[in-house]
Amino acid sequence: MKKIKMIYLIVIMMFLYLPIVTLMVFSFNESKSMFKWTGLSLRWYKEMFTDTQMLSAIWNTFSIALTASVVATVIGTLACVGIMQMGRRSQTAIMGLNNIPLLNADIVTGISLMLSFIAFGFYLSWGTVLMAHITFCIPYVILSVMPKLKQLGAGSYEAALDLGASPFYAFRKVVIPDIKPGIVSGFLLSFTMSVDDFVVTHFTRGAGINTISTLIYSQVKVGIRPTLFALSTVIFLVVLVVLVLVNFVSGKDNGEEEFFYEVAQG
Amino acid sequence: MYRKLMATPYLFWVLCGTIIPLCMIMYYGFTDRTGNFTVSNVLAIFQPVHAQALGLALLLAFVSTLICLLLAFPLALILKGSSWGRKGFIVFIFILPMWMNFLLRTMAWQVILEKGGIFNTLLTTLHLPTLDIINTPAAIVLGMVYDFLPFMVLPIYNTLMKIDDNVIEAAYDLGATKGKVLKDILLPLSVPGIASGITMVFVPSLTTFVISNILGGGKIYLIGNIIEQEFTTSANWNLGSGLSLVMMVFIVISMGAMSKLDKSGEGNFI
Amino acid sequence: MKLLKGKRILILILALCLLCVCAVVMTGCGQKDRNEVRIYSYGDYIAPGLIKEFEKETGINVIYDTFDTNEEMYPVIKNQAGVYDVICPSDYMVERMRNEGLLSKIDYSKVPNFKNIGSRYLKIADRSYDPGNKYAVPYQWGIAGIMYNSSKIQKGEITSWNDLWNKKYKGSIIMQDSLRDTMGASLKALGYSLNSTKKSELSAAADYLVKQKPLVYKYANDSARDLLVGNSADVGVVWNGEVLYSQELNKDLDFVIPKEGTELFIDNWCVPKNAFHKSNAMKWINFMCRADVAYKNYEYLTYSTPNEAARKMMSKKLQNSKVLFPSDELLKKSEVLRDVGPDGDDLYSYYWKIFKSR
Repeated sequence: MKKIKMIYLIVIMMFLYLPIVTLMVFSFNESKSMFKWTGLSLRWYKEMFTDTQMLSAIWNTFSIALTASVVATVIGTLACVGIMQMGRRSQTAIMGLNNIPLLNADIVTGISLMLSFIAFGFYLSWGTVLMAHITFCIPYVILSVMPKLKQLGAGSYEAALDLGASPFYAFRKVVIPDIKPGIVSGFLLSFTMSVDDFVVTHFTRGAGINTISTLIYSQVKVGIRPTLFALSTVIFLVVLVVLVLVNFVSGKDNGEEEFFYEVAQG
Repeated sequence: MYRKLMATPYLFWVLCGTIIPLCMIMYYGFTDRTGNFTVSNVLAIFQPVHAQALGLALLLAFVSTLICLLLAFPLALILKGSSWGRKGFIVFIFILPMWMNFLLRTMAWQVILEKGGIFNTLLTTLHLPTLDIINTPAAIVLGMVYDFLPFMVLPIYNTLMKIDDNVIEAAYDLGATKGKVLKDILLPLSVPGIASGITMVFVPSLTTFVISNILGGGKIYLIGNIIEQEFTTSANWNLGSGLSLVMMVFIVISMGAMSKLDKSGEGNFI
Repeated sequence: MKLLKGKRILILILALCLLCVCAVVMTGCGQKDRNEVRIYSYGDYIAPGLIKEFEKETGINVIYDTFDTNEEMYPVIKNQAGVYDVICPSDYMVERMRNEGLLSKIDYSKVPNFKNIGSRYLKIADRSYDPGNKYAVPYQWGIAGIMYNSSKIQKGEITSWNDLWNKKYKGSIIMQDSLRDTMGASLKALGYSLNSTKKSELSAAADYLVKQKPLVYKYANDSARDLLVGNSADVGVVWNGEVLYSQELNKDLDFVIPKEGTELFIDNWCVPKNAFHKSNAMKWINFMCRADVAYKNYEYLTYSTPNEAARKMMSKKLQNSKVLFPSDELLKKSEVLRDVGPDGDDLYSYYWKIFKSR
């Protein structure tokens, strides 16, 4: 029985990793064609650093992801605190609204945002992509922070107030530390979702703004350059190394589990 | 009172980022190019072209959701049963692929499955019959299962982890068989996770245009492809919005079904 | 002190939000006074290094943005006046923008290198999308044809578009995945114009494509080339610019232009009506028309060049290559895409959907 379980795990793992290994291998292919292996080469890794289009795509991807996830985390965390104070009925209503961008089809989210940006006279640009990303990131933050806040209850915060703390001080010293894991995982989740997003960006990006995803899609149509394989290999390995290092450094059994789990949620 | 105000930026954002955009889609969906009211964009779904694309999308989404469920439930069970120390690691291993851009991962399947691709070259050198599924609906289903499997595994795993081991032990002590434990304890208690997993797989599968573009070889048009075409190459935003509204009906239905089955939201994949 | 720290974080966050708002507001505001030229062109359509060379020679700062399709570029130019100084639309898009008054005339006194552009290309433009050659300077051109693997298909076996409907090649045909180009191939095969807007002809073309669908391995764009190179398919529709590159990787590949005539495209440099830096735009266009620059672009893109002076720089063999420079006679039978108007677009898109969802 154990063996069957093991085999099942391995088969699924191969299913999940086969494409990734393929991409990594082909990033070392000398030829531009994906279907012809002509020899081992680091050509695409070199080209990666001189390709201005790619460098700007990398910059856009990460600047948008970082800004969007920071803003979403702040707005989302504040919102959770506010929502907790509301009546039961408005709480359910708001959580229902919160679920819309989360469960709605990406294509509908993207299109509806594009239509409104244009209707309100925004030029599609880096800024519109950012706003769109914040929109779909906030729900993830709320979903991660809300349960922690509910666990905490209002008691300790009020106790701090009774003991003479200012509301801000109490909030920072009592509430924040307790909901910190939720905030962190909300932030990480937003960040990953933003980096990985394609559809929403596709519709809300303006002229000449590319993220890694849209760059890939534009090249899928005309024959992809292996530089993108090289880039993804690098990103993938960086994430892997960071996670493994954090695992070794943090060491503690339970904390490590939490962290892996939270980080891996992407 | 003052703390309630902390939700204002969020409510403002919900208004601007969710409610207004949905109204915009409604507006475009119910008007024609000159801005007059019309229902023809929504009724266009009954044109055979669009109906076929929607039908095929529903079918493929259903099949891939089913396959995901059949793969994910045993997987989540195995993950639950594995020893505590390695669990974080195993989950991590299964989620890690999502850090590589999903367009590229989907494209990699193209390289693998192509007629002159890796898999078939391997099969021919072994003198086995080749596998010709690229550019067929089967390849699209494979892509959907591959891309969305983690969204099924995670919620189910989360609900399974919440089940108290003592309950299961007690059942065994009272003489329950493995099958009975599965049927009467594990399955019913993981319904919220299953429901949320089904939505998380079904909705993106139904609406995708990327996977069908990359793995369908341009031969298969799903409703997502049609909507995308209307917005990009054909520039008929009104028709595109009308069809999106129809598609949203199916999304709302599945969301409604989910919230019935998962009342407390414990099946969230977070 | 501690409180200060909290405040600092708050200020940081506020600043960040402010920054975002600024970024949103700033983009789109024109920067009129800088010595720059804003170019909007296809991705990967200029040899690397040329932009730097231009900047060094003229001291003009180049901002280079890219699009993937004409349809993506069009609304940007239409709705965002003054953002770009030079754009690179294809033939039919030049016609549309010209008719809508979105383009401004080229000032030929500032583009002396225009003399390098071959007259046969200017004639094609004159006869179709740009009467009088007032608005567009040809940059690259190409012609669609059929590339096949001569180790599997004999030379001379394929001469016509209709050969792509031959059951013999079932599962090894690659067609383009592009609305106008693919409909065009079908229209040509049936003997119609590829700019037809007659319902009966379009519906016949769509039906003909549906008939072909079971035979087709894949509808692809430029990746058609890779599939043919990698032996995943034996015959496919490609642009002549892909052929030389493909033959380098796979010697068996050969190219034929169908006898019915085919589609020809010309991509052009144009200047939008409200461009801020028109004289810089002319300098850019003049630079791109220079023989050595055009030659470098040819070497990078391997697409045929309308620049006769650059053609003279090529090896004799390439200069006379029938693939790169088909005869005048063949060009006569070929057509460029024309703008068919919004109603025409709707018709095409309708029949395309019918074919696609079958």
